[in-house]
Amino acid sequence: MTGRAPAPKLPVSLAANPVLSSWIRFSPEGQVMVSPGKVEIGQGIVTALAQIAADELDVDIGRVQMVRASTAGSPNEGVTSGSLSVQQSGRAIRHACAEIRQIFLAAASDQLGVGIDALDIKDGTISGPGNIRTSYWELADKISLDRNATPGASPKPSTKRALAGNSVQRLDIPDKVFARPRFIHDSALSGMLHGRVLRSELSAAKLTGLKEDAARAIPGLVAIVRDGNFAGVVSETEDGAEAALQALRKGASWTAGEPLPDENDLATWLKAQPSESTVIDKRTAPGRSEKTRTLRRQYIRPYIAHASIAPSCAMAQWSGDRVHVWTHSQGVYFLQADLALVLKLPIQNITVEHMEGAGCYGHNAADDVALDAVLLAKAAGGRPVRVLWSRADELSHAPFGAAMAIEIEADLDAQSEIVDWRHSIWGNGHTARPGRAAQPALLAATELQNPFPRYIATNPPQANGGGADRNSVPLYDFPSWQIDCHRRLTMPIRTSALRTLGAQGNVFAIESFIDELAAERGEDPVAFRLRHLSDERAKDVIRSVAKRAKWKPDRPTGRGFGIGFARYKNTGAYCAVVAEVEGAEDISVRRLTIAVDVGEAINPDGVINQIEGGAIQATSWVLKERVRFDRERITSNSWTEYPILRFSEVPEVDVELINRPDSDPLGAGEAAHGPVTAAIANAVYDALELRIRSLPITRDSLIAAMELSS
Amino acid sequence: MPSVRFRLNGVETDVDADPDSSLLAVLRGRLGLTGPHFGCGANECGACNVIVGDHAVASCDTPLWSVADKDVTTLEGLGSAEKPHPLQRAFIAEQALQCGYCVSGILISAAALLMQNPNPSSAEIKLALDRNLCRCGSHNRMVRAVLRAAAEMAAP
Repeated sequence: MTGRAPAPKLPVSLAANPVLSSWIRFSPEGQVMVSPGKVEIGQGIVTALAQIAADELDVDIGRVQMVRASTAGSPNEGVTSGSLSVQQSGRAIRHACAEIRQIFLAAASDQLGVGIDALDIKDGTISGPGNIRTSYWELADKISLDRNATPGASPKPSTKRALAGNSVQRLDIPDKVFARPRFIHDSALSGMLHGRVLRSELSAAKLTGLKEDAARAIPGLVAIVRDGNFAGVVSETEDGAEAALQALRKGASWTAGEPLPDENDLATWLKAQPSESTVIDKRTAPGRSEKTRTLRRQYIRPYIAHASIAPSCAMAQWSGDRVHVWTHSQGVYFLQADLALVLKLPIQNITVEHMEGAGCYGHNAADDVALDAVLLAKAAGGRPVRVLWSRADELSHAPFGAAMAIEIEADLDAQSEIVDWRHSIWGNGHTARPGRAAQPALLAATELQNPFPRYIATNPPQANGGGADRNSVPLYDFPSWQIDCHRRLTMPIRTSALRTLGAQGNVFAIESFIDELAAERGEDPVAFRLRHLSDERAKDVIRSVAKRAKWKPDRPTGRGFGIGFARYKNTGAYCAVVAEVEGAEDISVRRLTIAVDVGEAINPDGVINQIEGGAIQATSWVLKERVRFDRERITSNSWTEYPILRFSEVPEVDVELINRPDSDPLGAGEAAHGPVTAAIANAVYDALELRIRSLPITRDSLIAAMELSS
Repeated sequence: MPSVRFRLNGVETDVDADPDSSLLAVLRGRLGLTGPHFGCGANECGACNVIVGDHAVASCDTPLWSVADKDVTTLEGLGSAEKPHPLQRAFIAEQALQCGYCVSGILISAAALLMQNPNPSSAEIKLALDRNLCRCGSHNRMVRAVLRAAAEMAAP
């Protein structure tokens, strides 16, 4: 067939949850309830979605009530991850609101006896000629939204949007600065008890003995729970729970742990068998140029902790064979599915409701602690139990971002131009989220008397941006390439999704090597990148950042400048960064200049906030972070052993937002990490002529690089 | 159980509790406050900071007995939506947080700084907040917000 436009399609989240009333409801009191399946994790998504709904319905944003996600009725939008919330939830809400607006206009037209074109909506009031009027709230009773969305509705053009594209103050911030309880940690249910779980420092150790007397003597103790290697306490008070846990710990004996890899020879372990190999991408050149030499480089990214500022927390309450769970999980339906597997209960017996926690930056212990709470609450006689992890458990038992070994080989011709490129990745998978498999991914499930095996992390399919391979396919126009990924099938150190998955490692590797190859030719690294790119939006962020940073500035002694670029997932936001570093023995990052293109920026200040935050977090990863372990335990289990960037170490961050109101909105939360990492490494080379290919860039890694180059 | 008396956010408060209990446990447990947050329990992150006298301290490793007869200020005592502290106004104006879990302790550290130094430089603010950890990377906005609050407080 020719000459016919493809049939319009519903946005993906709306296609999966087509009933309009599951997204939007009007209250007679003049409010709009917006019910997304995505959750607030400190990224400001709730505000951006409220902006979209208010815009499309023509109501004041003050009338919008954002409903927390719950398996009791929210649309199922899977997991809040991958910088997809605006793309998925935002588009669904925009589309649903556009259709609902039309439905109400049609009803108003019938009631008022004038054509739709003569009607106008202002702050929910629908009015026409001669001061005739009605409103969403007046009509709400007469119109059922229990109907499926249809693909035909067309949202407003960008020029007609009043809120989207403007910086709006986040809806959640006043509560947080005025100490009004908003976090799950601050929520108390009537009759609530407190629980704590006993875990050994030793990896996967087995509990061989448990003396309970001392714990039982602690005032307020309600129960000691033991199921195989899982043990915990329930108490009337939080203090009592802490004291009972301490007492129980003294009475516990454990077997030795399972052996962990040698942290000083990570690459060997990452590259060892058993593993599963996948060809990620292959491009062959028709007429291949003559290679004259090959350069090969290896890059290492360590395990990185999510290191949420709040230890993970959950509440659970049983009623007969039904349980209600409150959680800061990123995916309430996925958690529900895993709990059903562990508890061997029908899914409808389990209600999972979201409450805000601290920023998680991926799959941390949020889901694990929810199962802990469910198991402890079994002994609470129907009372709710709130469980909080310790700082040490948060930094040692939660999943980590996977360590990576990355090797790139480039074949060069006589002019040192790249004629072939080979990129190989080794390491564990980057996702072990719950709800995806026939076995649960929750920690306590592996500790029960009848345990489930440890869920081995996998990599999401490339269609979803991939995992270890995320951002491994170059955006540069090399004539031929092959990208291989080798996923380890044993997992002594637990890994799962950390912000950007493999993208930070791959962008670090590619952009470091590109810098080196530009230097091989004596070519400016900005010019080299531009020469190998054909995507104009990619070139725009690079040109913008170069201009903004006055590339390349004169270099005072002891300082250096470097650039890094990526398009997140190769399908998301474009980001280019110029880093300015200073130092000799210890590197400090003075300034990060960033240009970013997220398509339509719904809340520009929110986007800049996310980019700034991502840039500072990435600086912390690069300069400080590495999960430490000996052969049987994670040793970096405190902020002293796992330091993160402090106020005095934070660089200035200057962000230029290239707004494209007519392009699809793209997430901003993960765009900066890879480019910032590479820009810092390249700036370190500019300052010290040392190529650091193993993260983090610390005094030790600088000394090691010096020894290698001397 | 002996009683410890102190002024909590300007109100005389008696607590019957083990004097060795941590101030954080008493504030959050017995007194039901949610301003101070538990982050580490080891005075390493600042999420539980409160002002004792005119200094910010980590309430998680401050024993209850040590605040006897002293003034203790938590985020609840700093200001309210109706009567906000300039810092609270400034943090909203600068949108100076992401998840906001650390922000209670940071507002407290900043308030203590402004009690002692009403006109701090950026460097002095960073130093005063250096024991407060923020994982979201909102540091620069927070420093700008403290500068804004100081300027507002200095304005005639």
